Amino acid sequence: MRERTTPLPGTPLSDAAVHQGKVLTLEWPSSLRYAWDTGVAVGRFLSELKRGRIIGRRCHRCQRVLVPPRMFCERCFHPTDAWQYVEDSGTINTYSESHIRWDASRIEEPILVAVIEIDGASGGGLLHYLGEVRAEDLRIGMKVKAVWKPAEERQGSILDIRYFRPFDSAQDRPA
Amino acid sequence: MGSTEHVERVTDLRAWPGDFPVSHLYTMGIAGERFFRELKDSGRFLGTRCAACDHVYLPPSLFCPRCFAALEEWKEVGPQGTVRAVTTAHRGVDGETLETPETLALIQLDGADDLLVHRIEESNGVSIGARVEAVLKEAAQRQGSILDVRYFRPV
Amino acid sequence: MRKVAVVGAGLTRFMRRAQETGPELAWLAASRALESCELNLKDVDSVALGSAPDAFDGVHMKGEYLSAGAGGWGRPVIRPYAGGGTGVLMPVHAWFNVASGLSDVCLVVAEEKMSTCHPHPQGAFLTIFDNILERPLEPNLIWIFALEMRRYMETYGIAKEEIALVSVKNKRNGLDHPSTHVAEEITVEDVLESEVMVSPVNRLDISPVSDGAAAIVIAAEDVAQRLTDKPVWIDGVGWNLDTAYWTNRDLAYPSYVERAARMAYKMAGITEPRKQINVVEPYDPFSYKELHHLEGLLLADKGQAPKITADGVTQRNGDMPVCPSGGLLGVGNPIAAAGLMKVCEIFWQLRGEAGRRQVPGQPKVGLAQAWGDLMQVGTVVVMRVD
Repeated sequence: MRERTTPLPGTPLSDAAVHQGKVLTLEWPSSLRYAWDTGVAVGRFLSELKRGRIIGRRCHRCQRVLVPPRMFCERCFHPTDAWQYVEDSGTINTYSESHIRWDASRIEEPILVAVIEIDGASGGGLLHYLGEVRAEDLRIGMKVKAVWKPAEERQGSILDIRYFRPFDSAQDRPA
Repeated sequence: MGSTEHVERVTDLRAWPGDFPVSHLYTMGIAGERFFRELKDSGRFLGTRCAACDHVYLPPSLFCPRCFAALEEWKEVGPQGTVRAVTTAHRGVDGETLETPETLALIQLDGADDLLVHRIEESNGVSIGARVEAVLKEAAQRQGSILDVRYFRPV
Repeated sequence: MRKVAVVGAGLTRFMRRAQETGPELAWLAASRALESCELNLKDVDSVALGSAPDAFDGVHMKGEYLSAGAGGWGRPVIRPYAGGGTGVLMPVHAWFNVASGLSDVCLVVAEEKMSTCHPHPQGAFLTIFDNILERPLEPNLIWIFALEMRRYMETYGIAKEEIALVSVKNKRNGLDHPSTHVAEEITVEDVLESEVMVSPVNRLDISPVSDGAAAIVIAAEDVAQRLTDKPVWIDGVGWNLDTAYWTNRDLAYPSYVERAARMAYKMAGITEPRKQINVVEPYDPFSYKELHHLEGLLLADKGQAPKITADGVTQRNGDMPVCPSGGLLGVGNPIAAAGLMKVCEIFWQLRGEAGRRQVPGQPKVGLAQAWGDLMQVGTVVVMRVD
């Protein structure tokens, strides 16, 4: 039993106390809905995803190709200069295996996610899923390639890419 | 070079719909718990009084926001009071037109220094200064909510 | 500019769910802080108030909602916000108020009531992700920490066992902290065997959500000297923000913490932080973050914080005690209040008032650091007793 100094103020409530109505509570849903403007850069990015391509923006001053694209470079604070297509392949920068959903509930089949450095972009790139690979085989530095939905299913969304899978350029045919 | 891009492809401009799927489970707090329990169980309104500031808070506060004293003096206020401000709403929470306009008032319950917001019914209109009284739900239907008060009506 | 000191501090318990409302929690901590230096609310002429997203409490304009409980009635109140970095950003703003001459006594209050948010406070973080490019993937907040943790581990060849030592140390240190609701004796094995949430993060690598409040009183030099014979001077402040494009950053190193630290060190005249700083409270919501932050604070070489931890340097009786309070892992994590709790700890440590948590050797200079937003803000204060 640990010793405490003078007890501090505060009244802890257990989950049971709440569920059994030992204290009064009031629940309100937060029915907030949004329509986020994609902006010029992401609007184009999504259109290109629908066409099966990944596009970035080039900053000439910093000599960077930015993915996700943005119309100004936050480093040098100037407008970016040009659109530039990048590859739909890349390298795993970091990865993880998730056993929980967004609300912290557990899922049966873990999800594999990664930050992927997109070939042709400068430094990092995108958060996305990994597929056709086992968690234990994942390595930072692994080459991966996007697996796209068929053209007729693409909607102009990050989910137009199903996931990235390991890519052996010697064995795979180009997209 | 300007920072705006001349957009030729109108389909590039989009809004992405989404939501924020959380809810909130509020506790009443230490002072609020006692206020709502009293309303539910006894149909009474309680405030807390700061002797140093000579102010009765409604809803009751655990502490005096003016001088920070801990407030331990609870006192019954109301159930009658005086209208200090009044308005009639023709639109609802989401901007929809209300079939029946709703009259809302800021009411100073007798004995309290602060004002309570609630509906006025059984009335063709009240003025500032009008005397009103609380109409409560039957005890069995009260839940420990401000809606345990159905409305205020002119005395 | 005037010299500025911390002269009082107060905390509530940290809890999974508090019955108190936010303003009640704020008042409990704030009134204790005032009592600790025998001041009344009327002696306070400005307030700095901090709390993390309004979405937790489900209250619009949470600063205004909390301000009465923070002594803000009829006073100038500022609510600086930087996510988890808030707890150390508020003392920075309080320092501004007082150093500028605008205020003599500033009450600084941090409060968090995360438990209101359902089904889980993590839901309030959903919009921390890019709503268009990331949320469709249905991410959980822990993904970004797990991804950062793995990048850190693999860049420097750090094993899970080495990181688990931080959880063991802090949860044990927290047993001596009166606010704790999460302290316990655990082993490295306990950490490694605890449920994997998002690899490589196990459940015991994470500090849990909490409700709670903390407060300190900051005063100008002449007032401070009258109130106490041990004012704790704020010698340096620093804060820095990195890009929100987190997938474009080097996740192995928190450069924003380094920039914040350099700003504070320069102001405080610290040229050799490892020698000159006697006690450290970096932000530790995850076990690996204590290590990550120690390196960003220039208190360990890159990739070397695990080694000094394993060598015992960061224990309370080590050469550089780290998180003697128990930190977030050992006490709890009511976001903004957790950072301010660390400032309270440095205050008590430098005055020799930390009781069973006291580090030996009469520490003179301490540092508190917090971190937040999309893993992109570093906030630092350097404190000193004469």
